[in-house]
Amino acid sequence: MSINERTTKHEVSRATGDDLARELATRALADTPIWRIRLRLFRRSFARNWALFRDNKLGLVGLAMIAIFAVMAIIHPILMATVWDPAIYDPVVGYDSVAVEVTVVEEVTDPISEMEYQEARLRFGPLTSLGDTVTVRLQPAPPTLAGDYPHFLGTDPQGRDIFSQLLYSTRAAFLLGAVAALTTVLFATTVGAIAAYYGGWIDGGLMRFADLILLMPLLPLLIVLSAAFSINMVMLGLLIGVLNGFGGTAIVLKSQALAIKVKAYIDAARVAGGGDWHVIFRHIVPNVLPLTFLFMMFGVTEAIAIEATLSFFGLLNVPMTWGVMINTAQTQGYLLSGTDFWWLLFPAGLAVSFLAFAFFIVGRGMDEVINPRLRAR
Amino acid sequence: MIKFLLRRFIQMGILFVIFLSVIWLILQLMPGDVSDTLIGDPSIPLTARADLRARLGLDQPLHIQYFTYITNFFRGDLGVSFSRYPQEVSAILWNALPRTLYLFLTATLFAFWLGFKTGKLIAWGRGGKTEQGLIVGGVFLQTVFYPWFAIVMLWLFGFFLGWFPIGRFIDARLWQGAPFLANDVFELIVLTVVITGVLYGLMRLAIKRFATNPVVEHRLRQGAALVTVGGLLLYWYLSPMRTYAADIAHHTVLPVVTLGLVAFGATMLLTRSSMLETLGEDYILTARAKGLHDRAIRDRHAARNAMLPVTTSLVLALAFVIGGGIITETIFSWPGMGLIFLQAIGVNDLPLAIGALSITGVLALVGHLVADILYTVLDPRIRIS
Repeated sequence: MSINERTTKHEVSRATGDDLARELATRALADTPIWRIRLRLFRRSFARNWALFRDNKLGLVGLAMIAIFAVMAIIHPILMATVWDPAIYDPVVGYDSVAVEVTVVEEVTDPISEMEYQEARLRFGPLTSLGDTVTVRLQPAPPTLAGDYPHFLGTDPQGRDIFSQLLYSTRAAFLLGAVAALTTVLFATTVGAIAAYYGGWIDGGLMRFADLILLMPLLPLLIVLSAAFSINMVMLGLLIGVLNGFGGTAIVLKSQALAIKVKAYIDAARVAGGGDWHVIFRHIVPNVLPLTFLFMMFGVTEAIAIEATLSFFGLLNVPMTWGVMINTAQTQGYLLSGTDFWWLLFPAGLAVSFLAFAFFIVGRGMDEVINPRLRAR
Repeated sequence: MIKFLLRRFIQMGILFVIFLSVIWLILQLMPGDVSDTLIGDPSIPLTARADLRARLGLDQPLHIQYFTYITNFFRGDLGVSFSRYPQEVSAILWNALPRTLYLFLTATLFAFWLGFKTGKLIAWGRGGKTEQGLIVGGVFLQTVFYPWFAIVMLWLFGFFLGWFPIGRFIDARLWQGAPFLANDVFELIVLTVVITGVLYGLMRLAIKRFATNPVVEHRLRQGAALVTVGGLLLYWYLSPMRTYAADIAHHTVLPVVTLGLVAFGATMLLTRSSMLETLGEDYILTARAKGLHDRAIRDRHAARNAMLPVTTSLVLALAFVIGGGIITETIFSWPGMGLIFLQAIGVNDLPLAIGALSITGVLALVGHLVADILYTVLDPRIRIS
């Protein structure tokens, strides 16, 4: 972008003998504020990249899936404020149970029915006799659409609405993904650009540090940290971001920055009197940015999976996420319930998988835009 | 080369000491210590807790604990486990490491073999319905929420269909009064499998050298596979440990398949994109211009070069077995390093946790080195400098 700006200014000063129309055109260009030229260039490159991205059907599917998840995240607070009664639908402290009429054992014939009868007497009072109907409150309850309080995906073992939990957790997942991806990119581009630009001992130090972080097994490390401290969603996002940003991503972005460092416009910027920081942040970093979008997408995928895994082990200090939902099902003894209690395991597990899937295929689509060799011929 | 290796070893040594110090420090940050486990029992007097702390050296200042640990570590003494008190950490880890490595090696090698083949084929015949389907499947396997996937697999094959046992390493009822130790049988299994693999590899090399005709070579290769695998099965069929070995093998299938499926997705996608990059190279055009057979171009020219990133990722994946092992081993109750690490963290058993992590560090360091050396072997254009 900056190189275009420079040439236009240059042309204005030189355009003396040319024909009028061209001079007027260049003058018009020179009079346009710089942000407008930038916007126009950005729009043009965006349109070109979008056309390339559109060829990848899978990438479009990913975008659509992300959009659906975004809608899910947005409608939860709206539903809570309007339709849903917080006492029943709150994802963490809500409670509802479906009342079901059950007949106590008709007749005691074997030890099993005897035990069931005794159990019923213990639960519903000693006056309960054979053949009575009693009201049992079901939790986890299967999906119900009827009644005053419909539960589209049933309730969990503690009587909380699964659908509400699912929507609520979507917001948390987006928050985590955004924090982790932005932190990763922020650190990785800065570290990569600085290491590539200065070289020498700065480069050596930063890269050895990256090597050290690469040695660290991410999941065990986060398990230790989340066992030692009470870590919430934002902190986890920052942690993943910092570890990735100083580790593997920084190394990849450094090699990209090295390729940019030897370009002529970097020399031009330096000759024009640009300081180190100016060259790094105005010329190198913007040119590395397209690649960073890619890492943002893959970073989101990774962060979602890590969060869900840590929550699954019950190590994070978060009220409700998809991982916590699966953890609840597991700790309450529904781990191998499979299809009998499908609403406990499948919505949450599929949500984690599909959101990660969506970001990953969008990332792959971007990869094809950036890396021409992968495109279909 | 020697100079490179020497410098590399020194670097690795320094890096490892820093790594060890960092994880030691992080683990010290965990609140409380192992004596907290005694709080629950009111009949244990306070002095007993103080006694325990003194006996384990936990009452000493941190820097003394640190230097004691580090010096002992490099003398080969990893300390005594707090939670399994009289046992040495190194003995526990030495016991568990083969189980983890075996699980991962089988799963990863199989997944990489299959993933490489599939990835190669779909990159070559680009643009079909099969390719799209395989890509979607591969991406799904790569991004699926792994604990959930493992639970579903366990439920489907272990509980619903009942084909495989639900978790664990052996069936306790069968092993009651068994004349063998489970670990001995297991180690023998590992040994025989490794010998079979090496034999097969040697036979393949010999076939490649002496076979003249590709068709004959193919037949010979199939024969070699048949002979080695048949020999392995025959050996175990005749062995007195037959039923016990079969029990262990039966327990291994489900975790290996689950882990392998996930690795398969990732390898296939990586091979495909790596293969697409190589197919754009000039030497592929040259090979085509020479009029070579399609299969020769695909297997000998493109796939060979596409193997580079795949091999690196294989070696690096092996370096992180413990991190990945935590989930698999927890869900399948597989008594390996990951499970031991998780249990150690839960009860503040610092020596055991650090020991497990230090093995990860060693594996990662060696993995990086092996990856670098493999690179120069696979691609002679890259020189070590």
